[in-house]
Amino acid sequence: MGIDISRFQDTFFEESREGLDLMESRLLELDVKQTDTETLNEIFRAAHSIKGGAGTFGFSAITDFTHSLETLLDRVRAGELPPSDDLVSTLLEAVDITRGLLAAARGDADIDAAAVAAAHEKLNHWQGGATAAPGPAVEPAQDAASPRGWRIGFEPDAEIFASGNEPLRLLRELASLGELDVQADIDRLPDLEDIDPERCYLSWRLRLEGDVSEAEVRDVFAWVEDECRLTVEPIEPQVAPAADSSSAEPASPAAAAPTTRPRPAPEQRSLRVSVDKIDALMNLVGELVITQEMLQQQGSGLDPVRDEVMLNGLSQLHLNTRRLQEAVMATRMVPVDFLFSRLPRLVHDLANKLGKQVTLETVGEGTELDRGVIEKLTDPLNHIVRNSLDHGLEGPEARRAAGKPETGTLTLTASHEGGHIVIVIQDDGRGLDRDRILAKARERGLPLGNDMSDAEVCQLIFAPGFSTAAAVSDVSGRGVGMDVVRQNIQSLNGQVEVTSVAGRGTRVAIRLPLTLAILDGMSVAVGRETYIVPLHSVVESLQPGATEIRRLTGSAHVARVRGEFVPIVPLGDLFGGRPWASNPADGILVVVESGGRRTVLLVDELVGQQQVVIKNLEANYKRISGIAGATILGDGRVALILDIGELVLVSSQAAAA
Amino acid sequence: MEAMQATQSAPAQETPATAAAEREAGAREFLTFALGEEEYGVDILKVQEIRGCDAVTRLPESPDFIKGVINLRGIIVPIVDMRVKFRLPQAEYNEFTVMIILNLDDRVVGMVVDSVSDVMMLGADKLREPPEFGGNFDTRFITGLGALDDRMLILLDIERLMHSEEMALVSATDDVAQADD
Repeated sequence: MGIDISRFQDTFFEESREGLDLMESRLLELDVKQTDTETLNEIFRAAHSIKGGAGTFGFSAITDFTHSLETLLDRVRAGELPPSDDLVSTLLEAVDITRGLLAAARGDADIDAAAVAAAHEKLNHWQGGATAAPGPAVEPAQDAASPRGWRIGFEPDAEIFASGNEPLRLLRELASLGELDVQADIDRLPDLEDIDPERCYLSWRLRLEGDVSEAEVRDVFAWVEDECRLTVEPIEPQVAPAADSSSAEPASPAAAAPTTRPRPAPEQRSLRVSVDKIDALMNLVGELVITQEMLQQQGSGLDPVRDEVMLNGLSQLHLNTRRLQEAVMATRMVPVDFLFSRLPRLVHDLANKLGKQVTLETVGEGTELDRGVIEKLTDPLNHIVRNSLDHGLEGPEARRAAGKPETGTLTLTASHEGGHIVIVIQDDGRGLDRDRILAKARERGLPLGNDMSDAEVCQLIFAPGFSTAAAVSDVSGRGVGMDVVRQNIQSLNGQVEVTSVAGRGTRVAIRLPLTLAILDGMSVAVGRETYIVPLHSVVESLQPGATEIRRLTGSAHVARVRGEFVPIVPLGDLFGGRPWASNPADGILVVVESGGRRTVLLVDELVGQQQVVIKNLEANYKRISGIAGATILGDGRVALILDIGELVLVSSQAAAA
Repeated sequence: MEAMQATQSAPAQETPATAAAEREAGAREFLTFALGEEEYGVDILKVQEIRGCDAVTRLPESPDFIKGVINLRGIIVPIVDMRVKFRLPQAEYNEFTVMIILNLDDRVVGMVVDSVSDVMMLGADKLREPPEFGGNFDTRFITGLGALDDRMLILLDIERLMHSEEMALVSATDDVAQADD
């Protein structure tokens, strides 16, 4: 009695979520004019599983709703109800409602009873409407003719027992539908000594007579559909049944309209593991890499002749550690498709709402990215896509007038570039409106140069509270747009860049590190300490002699960098308590940028670039302003990672004071 | 009374009490160390390990008694120099100077002391209440005194000390979170 059912519930929620995602993407793919039975089957199966699971856990609201959904889908699948755009919309809505119900069952949200009832009503309406007037013209012939029964070839995979399925049970279930004639096929049966009792060697040829629909027959096999070869053929009323009941070869003639399962989908074995476990593994591997590097360093002093074995061992260790690191990293990686697959729905809905025609193209969905990054990228990406649809792409008339095809194209591309992933969102819309951006910026009181380049103008849209939409729509234009996008992406140690050509389109490129646990850093020396500056925020490094340094009040200094005065943060002063060197000519100036603001860090020396594993400082200590975390260097020492965003903020406030 | 409370509240956290402690009811083991002229004792169960002095990485914005952080097998551990904290005239590093790594309530903290001496078992008969000092001497972190022949041990409530605000090891928000617990 002490079984903790919540564990299974979590699995149910997770699987249902995946099922709904699948339903959604398949529904969006569905070509209403030419429906593919397999796609419909997939959608049906997903709904069926959710219903089954919900029943098991006693979520009756979900069971009721998905039951209606399933019944409707079943009729579509059986060809009784021709798919239409309207129907797809209703089904998509039902997917959303189911999602809401699941969230409610999980306790994450409240049920919107009215919406559920309305959607339920809609589903039932489709049912009712269709039963009243079934469109027999569209129906495939054999369904209308209502065959006398079915000839079923059932050839389970040898491993079917492993999944807990029992062919006998299926046969009994079939027998309950009508008169069943069973013939077992023992061709696959091996010699006695080769028999593995856990494998299934039998297959069956079945004749089911009675007034049974094909869907009912297939329903019986719904749970094993992936694990068997199933053929369901009608027994033609006029054909003598005995004629070829013996030759129910799976490779049946073209007359057999209902298809065998065409796609035996490559078997993908997977295991659910909690992210915590993987994170722990990831941490350990990080340690291992550091230890290994330390040994490697020590090993460089060894005598190649005398210590040959040791050196060999070290190089083997190096190789294996790297491989292990890559393998563990790979477990956290998920394809970008996770991210992209949510967008067709968004684009579909938005395009309808805005009266625009949009094709969404995705390239490189297989590109893999750390799961943590993917999660944090969802919102920014949605936002950019929204912006493109709302502001970028024009309506059909405007496009025609501009000599472009009426249907706009939005292209999402993901690709690897060194240790980074680059996601590009490109539309062929009207591009950024330079004048409008400038006007808006002036209105918002943003600092403007006299002759700003297009690139600089593009940067303006990242300013807080900036929005050019004349009317605030519920699509975008709430003015919390691109600055939030940029913040989110910067918090992932990434960069976002906008380029635009008037009349030709806008291109937003997001560049991200592959994983959150590792950072590309520039190590700088200040006194005896080494600090890590995240490489993505470094703009350039300068010899102080090459620039002009001015003193403001007190100890504040500014440097003239490309015509602009930028506050200097002397790191030694800030962190080490070392007084500001009266002659900063000894150091090196590192220009860093964050949130569009620049600051110059004064350091003693540039040490080099390296990838570092980010460690939390707060686990055993408290947060220090200006420090994002710590890392362990190759020699085992701790180096602090600078929080450039905070340093820039502090320094600009200090300079303003 | 205060001493009684202190000795009783502490064992509550010592569920994995040593066999020795069970044998001699009420007895507890202390790691003793020296700071200047004085000998101190901390509950042995709070001690994770003892290390020689490593190179530390200094932290910005930290009080002078926080030496910095070290890499303890991949964990970043802050180090407190107790000699500076207790305002001893001298805080030099020699071959006896060691770091005691403490494991306190999921946090790992290291402290630098002049030397470690012993692990001692102190029965209830050897434990004394901390004296009542007049004036402003802070006895909040002293659970009692241990009398051993002619030696005297100052027994520290190390957990309380390290978590206290004046050690600056935890941020204010952490304190609130702990108060909630």
